[in-house]
Amino acid sequence: MPKMTMIEALRSAMDEALAHDDKVVVFGEDVGFFGGVFRCTAGLQEKYGEARVFDTPINESAIVGLGVGMAAQGMRPCVEMQFADYVFPAYDQITQEAARLRHRSNQDFTCPMVIRMPTGGGIYGGQTHSQSPEALFTHVAGLKVVMPSNPRDAKGLLLASIEDPDPVIFLEPKRLYNGPFDGHHDRPVTPWKAHELGDVDEGYHTVPLGKASVFREGAAVTVLAYGTMVFVAEAAANETGIDAEIIDLRTLWPLDIDTIEASVKKTGRCVVIHEATQTSGFGAELSTLVQERCFYHLEAPIARVAGWDTPYPHAQEWTYFPGPARVGAALKSTMEA
Amino acid sequence: MSSAKLTFPQPPARPGESPDFSLLDIPAAGLLEVPPLDVTSDDCADYARGLIRVLDDDGQAVGPWADYAKTLGDDIWMTGLRDMAMMRAIDARLLNAQRQGKTSFYLQCTGEEAIGGGFQRQLAKTDMNFPTYRQQSLLVAADYPLEALMGQLYSNSFDPLEGRQLPIMHSARDYGFFSISGNLGTQFVQAVGWAMANALTGNDQIAAGWIGDGATASNDFNAALLSASTYQPPVVLNIVNNQWAISTYTGVASGKAKTYAQRARGYGIPALRVDGNDYLAVAAVSHWAVARARAGHGPVVIEWFTYRAAGHSTSDDPSGYRPKDEAAAWPLGDPFTRLKDYVIARGLWSEERHTQMKAEVLDHVTTVQKAVEAGGTMTSPKPMSRTAVFEGVYAEMPWHLRQQRQDAGF
Repeated sequence: MPKMTMIEALRSAMDEALAHDDKVVVFGEDVGFFGGVFRCTAGLQEKYGEARVFDTPINESAIVGLGVGMAAQGMRPCVEMQFADYVFPAYDQITQEAARLRHRSNQDFTCPMVIRMPTGGGIYGGQTHSQSPEALFTHVAGLKVVMPSNPRDAKGLLLASIEDPDPVIFLEPKRLYNGPFDGHHDRPVTPWKAHELGDVDEGYHTVPLGKASVFREGAAVTVLAYGTMVFVAEAAANETGIDAEIIDLRTLWPLDIDTIEASVKKTGRCVVIHEATQTSGFGAELSTLVQERCFYHLEAPIARVAGWDTPYPHAQEWTYFPGPARVGAALKSTMEA
Repeated sequence: MSSAKLTFPQPPARPGESPDFSLLDIPAAGLLEVPPLDVTSDDCADYARGLIRVLDDDGQAVGPWADYAKTLGDDIWMTGLRDMAMMRAIDARLLNAQRQGKTSFYLQCTGEEAIGGGFQRQLAKTDMNFPTYRQQSLLVAADYPLEALMGQLYSNSFDPLEGRQLPIMHSARDYGFFSISGNLGTQFVQAVGWAMANALTGNDQIAAGWIGDGATASNDFNAALLSASTYQPPVVLNIVNNQWAISTYTGVASGKAKTYAQRARGYGIPALRVDGNDYLAVAAVSHWAVARARAGHGPVVIEWFTYRAAGHSTSDDPSGYRPKDEAAAWPLGDPFTRLKDYVIARGLWSEERHTQMKAEVLDHVTTVQKAVEAGGTMTSPKPMSRTAVFEGVYAEMPWHLRQQRQDAGF
């Protein structure tokens, strides 16, 4: 099984999709000739031609709006927002058009489209290249929201998203593009080739949407995480010695509530973590669902660790990032409660 | 003291004043040639600045576009007249139904019937419009069943959308009518995307985007024109300039620009400006534009110059912002009357037959309306399926919607 970075895995997924289904088209800013600023589409235009993989003007609303029209007419657009921070001009097209087209037309028109976007911090991107806007999409009826944490899942989830009959927001944690990141920015970088989740199947295979994975089994406390924070949670568990069970949500919505419920009922404790700002974040939804379904099994209050409710700072990035120390402290206080 | 001053565009007349269209530059009919289908944006400058008119002030069809229109045959004038009669009858009956409290909302297209009706009759059945909320004349000219059209207005058992959408926000794929959103401008760039899919799959179909003068201010107007210019898909981008965006005078959207068609020039797209109250001009230019798009010459922009004779909607009272008799003073007249006068002058029609046709159409619309109202109205409601709320959010209903539906008790 070949080793792939997350970038290579995503590229492999789009390569398979383009080969598998001639209705798939890939477009966005710089994605054509150059292959994307993160190189996710490198070589695809050369292989499939510019009618299948092409550059667009710098207008996110145009990218998604064109995608809505194409998808409604039978294509399978897989479009790229250069950064999740740039998605906002397209928010109208995503939330009011793509998300609602099936419902408002009583299934007369549908919108099978994937909107990929690099998300999260950890690359000194400052406030306009670091945000995690997942809650702005999980809040919208009609969207699915996916965030892989490793190359193997990234490929399978992206292919499943392209196959999906509904619009999918596909968030790519860019700090994980080249290797698992445990939150210790001052330590040597681990590449994916040194990690088993860098083993990615060649060929066409999917990871189903709506299914979480138990990333690390444990008995003491359940940690609900996704994207970059999965590895931060792992580091925190290892460093505190707490027998934490880490659930990698993979699909944020529709959520795999059964896996979460089973784990929390087993451990009796729950810590919810994400990199996005805390207030009205996706963690609030997770905490509520766990409380609704597992209240009589809980032995401690549900804890939340999230980004501060501030813009993502540049020089103070590691002050902002909810690293292993903060997650570890939450694990300890949850165990002591 | 600074010499910089802001302008705040004002209409020529406000309530209590006499309508005044004297500042409008309306060229004589028949001046412009029919350009080749592959005309460039640069060579189209006169069409974007001028006004294509076929019927002159005396109701005569004149000039090169009149000759072009004649090639379409005489049947289309009778079809157009009947489409407009049908549209007027539907608007009248549904406005009345809203006033009686039978539906929550209605929105007439009075004065703009020729545009949608004349354009639709030049499309093929498999082409797709991306309309705004004032393009019900497209549906009428697509022979959309009246039961479905009215059912949507009453949100009752005849409604293809099962009550999901505000009245007038139709969706009719099989009749070339894309689902209306209600958010302005978004459909314009979607039309370009649809047309790109047509070109990519080689299906020989075209798309038509529709937008009002007010919504040309939107981001997606720019997104559509730029994308259409960049990729050259088979799309006709229609701007219906009806002078009013609810209460806002068109000058607020146009700024110092004299026409909307000229905006296309900066994008390198050919554009034509047309008297939208002249059915002959509408049919001729629509035929030309559709042929151009289908022949693979890329996008074209059309500004339909018209006047919104009715209020914005049943929630609007235009007497609060414009003279009451402004519509009657519109210098390009009423499209229904002008086409009627033309066919009578041609000896194809008579006042008697016209009166009889209007009565027949109204009778038909009223009969269908009664049957559709039996499916439920707001004054005599019949329960709609509550499960429709939860169905079609996704292709397959996820667990949380199943749970919410169960929690709701159905």
